[in-house]
Amino acid sequence: MITYITRRLVLALVTCWAISVISFIIIQLPPGDFVNSYIANLSASGSMVSAAEADAMREQYGLNRPIWVQYGKWMGRVLQGDFGMSMEWGRPVLEVIGDRLWLTIVISIAAIILTWGIALPIGIYSAVRQYSIADYIFTLIGFIGLAVPNFLLALIIMYLGFKYFGANIGGLFSPEYDLAPWSWDKVWDLMSHLPLPAFILALAGTAQLIRIMRANLLDELRRPYVTTARARGLQEWRVIMKYPVRAALNPFASTIGYLLPFVVSGSIVVSLVLSLPTVGPLLLRALVAQDMFLAGAIVLLLGVLTVIGTFLSDLMLMWIDPRIRAGMHG
Amino acid sequence: MAEPILSVRRLCTWFHQDEGIVRAVDGASFDLEPGHTLGIVGESGCGKSVTARSILRIVERPGRVESGEILLRRPDGSVVDLVKLDGQGREMREVRGGEIGYVFQEPMSSLSSFHTIGNQLIEAIRLHSDMSKKAARDRAVELLTLVGIPRPAQRVDSYSFELSGGLRQRVMIALALAAEPRILIADEPTTALDVTTQAQILDLLRKLQAEQGLAVILITHDMGVIAEMADDVVVMYLGRDVEQGPVETIFHDPAHPYTRSLLQSIPSVLAEPRSRLRTIEGSIPHPYARPAGCPFHPRCADAIAGRCDRSLPEPTHLGARHAVSCFLYGGSGVPALPAGLLERAE
Repeated sequence: MITYITRRLVLALVTCWAISVISFIIIQLPPGDFVNSYIANLSASGSMVSAAEADAMREQYGLNRPIWVQYGKWMGRVLQGDFGMSMEWGRPVLEVIGDRLWLTIVISIAAIILTWGIALPIGIYSAVRQYSIADYIFTLIGFIGLAVPNFLLALIIMYLGFKYFGANIGGLFSPEYDLAPWSWDKVWDLMSHLPLPAFILALAGTAQLIRIMRANLLDELRRPYVTTARARGLQEWRVIMKYPVRAALNPFASTIGYLLPFVVSGSIVVSLVLSLPTVGPLLLRALVAQDMFLAGAIVLLLGVLTVIGTFLSDLMLMWIDPRIRAGMHG
Repeated sequence: MAEPILSVRRLCTWFHQDEGIVRAVDGASFDLEPGHTLGIVGESGCGKSVTARSILRIVERPGRVESGEILLRRPDGSVVDLVKLDGQGREMREVRGGEIGYVFQEPMSSLSSFHTIGNQLIEAIRLHSDMSKKAARDRAVELLTLVGIPRPAQRVDSYSFELSGGLRQRVMIALALAAEPRILIADEPTTALDVTTQAQILDLLRKLQAEQGLAVILITHDMGVIAEMADDVVVMYLGRDVEQGPVETIFHDPAHPYTRSLLQSIPSVLAEPRSRLRTIEGSIPHPYARPAGCPFHPRCADAIAGRCDRSLPEPTHLGARHAVSCFLYGGSGVPALPAGLLERAE
């Protein structure tokens, strides 16, 4: 078991390293270097920088060194929590990302919990009562959910909310808390604003998850161990919940790691529409403005979070699936 | 002759499919006597397993017990018709596992691989008793010992995939016996096992039957297993019992042409070397193309034209306990049901 965890951990570190290389390449891709952009920024605002000063800056940042040394220096700074300056914002990258990263994680987790909470019971019902009227209705709604773009749904809900309830649904905070420092009141404000965006973000995944759960469970329901459990005299719902549902849930544990980047990248447009202060819109803006330190840092952070998520889902799989645990011995 | 502990009367279990109705069991009748082993034998697809599952009322949709009676006699002398019970209801669930244990054909996939065998055994024990978890666990270890599993105290915490096929089938038998049923249905319990393991499992079943006074229904397509295990035999063909009687009668004095063909198609070490094994002509008809009249007549060498293809033979008694459904022995017939597809009976 220890070897299994160690192997996973080593693999995770290797993956993180690969992600850092790719992020670095992204940062290096635009022509010129940071000093060029910095000088360009300064000259745009009227100040001039001499060639000597520029060289001194290059020396200071190590930009005249070979590329792998630069990578090493960048990684060294990143490991100390310094992601460089955002050119567009003129502030350290970490400060720009700041709360947005945590808000992204909070809203993603809320969306994931909602997705599971809605999709699993419906998926189970649809499989157990396959071809019933309710199954057809859920299937229809599911396909509509798959087909309708999320941002459209967001727009419609915002419109309805504004028209009939006079509520402004955009954002995660009431205006008075938007710039306020963190406090319990602000957390409560966040909690009360969270459900709707989380719900909208959850819907696309929900439709898909219903279909997957239904298909998984239909496979499992036909297996002999289900009949065996029935022949023991177990109540039907207990048969279903204890045995086939348990088996059908297994594939989900392995996908938890992928959910986070899926929610982040899939939610950019919705976040823009709902003006959610998440990382998605920031990444989009950074890419458009060629703010490469910011974009690289976001890509790196999301990548590392995904690796952590995958590692956690590996541990979870190990915990819930005895076959994986058994496989670790031999 | 003792009162039968279980009587199946004209059982019909049909599968309603879009293409029509498959009459998987179509008028099967037989009796199980206490302490006896009743062998049900027939080719694949003749309705043996569906009959057994009908008794426990666990036939899967779109299958349904249409008509007939399944009479279970309790020790106090009362008789309950399982067909009349609610399949999901409490009383039926208490019969299931509680009074009738079931051993399935597939030991490989009949246990959950997410739960330890102890977990499944304890569940079965506690469903039909109010034992504490601790007591149920002790009982589980005891059951594993009973079915001959080495190191039961450790094995109770292992998962099914850590056991060999033979051990898994022993676990299945332990599960079936968990609530001390009076009847054990073993549905091809040895088909998925190799020959040596097969013999061990059959020995175990025989030993348990003797020790616990179980009545056993043994379903198999293997005449050898029947000869070794059964007291009484029911021969099934296309969902009907075509012949039944004590095992000696069936083997030494078979009456139905189908029984005779089955016996002739057993390889024998006494046979002339390099002689061809006799087989039964043709194969089981497609479920939607059921022959009219006696279902066996298209494959029967002795079929009486104009009789066997017109009406369905009723059982004729040849001895006190020997009955055959065949016009060769006289007997009455009922006009044939329409052949092939039946309209959806709504």
